Amino acid sequence: MSQRGVIVGKPYERLSQEQVEIINRTSLDLLKDPGILCYHEESVSMLEKAGAKVKATREGEHDAWWVSIPEKVVKQALDTAPSKVTLGARNPENQVVMDAEVTRIHFGSGSETNYWLEIEPETFSSKKDGREQVFPVMKKSRGNLGFLARSAHLANNLENLDFFIRNVNVQDEDVTTENKDVNVFFTSLNNITKPVVGGIADFNQLKQVVGMAEIIAGGREELVKNPVTSFITSVIKSPLQVVAETAEKLIEIARMGLPVVISTSPQGGSTAPIDELGMVAQVNAEALTGIVINQLANPGAPVIYGAVPVRARMDDLHDMYGVPEFCHYNMACAQMARHYKVPCYSTAGVGDAKVPGVQAAVEKMFTYTAVPFAAPDLLHYAFGLLDKTQTFSPEQAVLDNHQIGMVKFLHRESGVTAEAAEETRKVVREVMNSPYRMYARHARKMLRKGGIFEGFPFEGESDDQDETLLKLHERFKQIEGEEPEHLPEDMCKKIFDQTPGLLPRLNPHAK
Amino acid sequence: MKEELIERIVENVLQGRRDKDDEGIEEDYAGEPGVAELVQEALDNGIDTNTILLEGLSKGMEQVGQKYETGEYFIPDMLTAAEAVEAGMKIMEPHLAGEGESEGKGKVIMATVEKDLHDIGKNLVSIMLKGSGFNVVDLGIDVPAARIVEAAEEEKAELIGLSALLNTTMVNMEDVVRELENKGLRDKIKVIIGGAPTSDDFAAEIGADGYGKDAFAAIRVAEKLLSGGNK
Ligand code: B12
Repeated sequence: MSQRGVIVGKPYERLSQEQVEIINRTSLDLLKDPGILCYHEESVSMLEKAGAKVKATREGEHDAWWVSIPEKVVKQALDTAPSKVTLGARNPENQVVMDAEVTRIHFGSGSETNYWLEIEPETFSSKKDGREQVFPVMKKSRGNLGFLARSAHLANNLENLDFFIRNVNVQDEDVTTENKDVNVFFTSLNNITKPVVGGIADFNQLKQVVGMAEIIAGGREELVKNPVTSFITSVIKSPLQVVAETAEKLIEIARMGLPVVISTSPQGGSTAPIDELGMVAQVNAEALTGIVINQLANPGAPVIYGAVPVRARMDDLHDMYGVPEFCHYNMACAQMARHYKVPCYSTAGVGDAKVPGVQAAVEKMFTYTAVPFAAPDLLHYAFGLLDKTQTFSPEQAVLDNHQIGMVKFLHRESGVTAEAAEETRKVVREVMNSPYRMYARHARKMLRKGGIFEGFPFEGESDDQDETLLKLHERFKQIEGEEPEHLPEDMCKKIFDQTPGLLPRLNPHAK
Repeated sequence: MKEELIERIVENVLQGRRDKDDEGIEEDYAGEPGVAELVQEALDNGIDTNTILLEGLSKGMEQVGQKYETGEYFIPDMLTAAEAVEAGMKIMEPHLAGEGESEGKGKVIMATVEKDLHDIGKNLVSIMLKGSGFNVVDLGIDVPAARIVEAAEEEKAELIGLSALLNTTMVNMEDVVRELENKGLRDKIKVIIGGAPTSDDFAAEIGADGYGKDAFAAIRVAEKLLSGGNK
């Protein structure tokens, strides 16, 4: 079985049992009163049938319903929701196997930035003495399918990236609302052999995307066993509103038995309370709502508790990721999901900074070091994301891969056992009786066992310039030179024959 | 037979195996002879010490150096390999003396100067010098200038290597040079220095013959200074 990710030995419990209960209670109370405001009729009737109280209303142009969800409906959904969910992958060795009762964390990318920001090294000469020096110049482009393919290929080669959520939004001229989903899913699946997780923009393309995945997995049943693609639905519009279109997709995905993340992303200070208790009580109520709808549609369907709580920036009300409150929110949510024994999708590693550099490194290192201590099953947004998720930088993703390697290493087991202690006594006695009293032989053994962390691989040689970005660029270019792992020709032929809207220019085997 | 034995010496230097009890980098060496046993076997088979030294031990160490340059090996690998070479040298010692000629690449006295207790860097240099074929006598830490010069005289050393890590003790290096001059030994014995606060400039200032920024530089400088010597 796949062993991706890393076990967090003793997860940090920010909340006491009593505090978990307070949040649970508050969320359940909120689901009863004021309840949720639901815009999706089918969800409303399912909820009503299960025992919720429903009151019709109008919100602007739309029909809507106030739904008061009683505790027993939530409890029922949590009883049927599985604690084990597997994200499949083209290469089954890359599967992400989640079990809410095993504290194994996996790191992934995401999500759909508008811009691709790439480094172009350029030589400058000093006005003072004419001395020439190379500096990284940033080139910013709008996202397109080409960049998406490159980001998936990069992600395939980053050893610490465990699952792929597409990094760039595509804005090609030949991509329309009617063919976008098939083209982005194909581009992702055609360039990476790790789990692909993503949102669906157009309900009509869900079936085609799943059809494509079936061809790759080898049939319907095979796909359920190895779901090479899983989905994300942002079914909630905070505070506490269920969006009609997304609810429809959520229900359909549940019925197909494919894994789905219920993702809710309130902003503390605007669409959710900014204090930890208020934020977590609301985001928890929202995630539970999604799970309830999913389980009502298909009891036992694989579902993931997704929380992306962020804090508002006080000067312009943009999202803010690199702050301690962000960690508080996310750590508490991970604890709530574990309390319910449902796998958790959490967040860390977004730079508020616009470009790679000191600010980005500080913000990213801070959050993706802290949040994993709470041991969510999935940690997304962790690779290359800058400018509050507006921009993807491949060089930043290469650096994140290294830093996440450090975080994974941090959670390795201590190795303190009675047998190891015997070895320690032996080694110390031996070294004390040797001429130089050095532990080099012992260090070598650790080194060869992979027990010693590599250090910083992007160290420069210069005495007066930080060369990290230039080194990252070199590494990125080296990765770009690696052979892509495309889907085989016959599979592509089948997919292209069967999938309307797929752009022929994407077929890697086309002449 | 002869070639195969020498080949195995090289291999075991690369694996850092002093004797049969040592593990290699790859684990499956248990019980097989290490450098000490192989050198003994080579001597028993009448292979001359020069061949064992140059084509076995030194060649192994050279390959270790190459692997370090390409990033395959790290300092702990170099040190363990050097220890393996040292184990081989120990076996050869009585035979070398018997032949009554040069002892490897030359004799070196190593010491950390008076009032200085730092020895990690100095040990690294000592072990690496030994590993590359020098005969090193290491006097340890906090060694007064007079003692260093006395030992050099006794041991008939051609080179003194001095280490200091404090800018309050580096001045004691100069005392060693003066003491050599006073005893009329300056033209017979060369002096190299090292340690973080020292530099090429400082070496020139106190009249030392060379400076090395790390253990590799130490080997280069030592080889350069002794190559034109008495061999
Ligand atoms: C470890 C250490 C100690 C250990 C030493 C343990 C030991 N077994 O050696 C202990 C804790 C005992 C120690 C004590 C002290 N230390 Co101290 N110590 C260090 C430290 C952190 C690392 C030194 C080291 O081992 N480096 C690793 C080795 C591999 O490198 P290296 O020694 O430079 O050797 C390499 C080269 O220099 C060269 N080389 C070395 N020797 C030679 C010789 C020749 C011939 C050649 C060619 C080359 C060569 O090759 C080596 C291999 O690459 C340094 C900080 C630093 N960054 O250097 C401070 C440092 C050297 N210590 C310092 C101080 C102040 C002290 C104390 C005075 C502290 C105190 N207040 O008590 C005491 C002094 C004790 C004494 N009388 O000597 C200062 C010195 C400041 C100065 N410039 O004077 C330093 C720089 C730390 C600092 N920034 O304050 N220390």
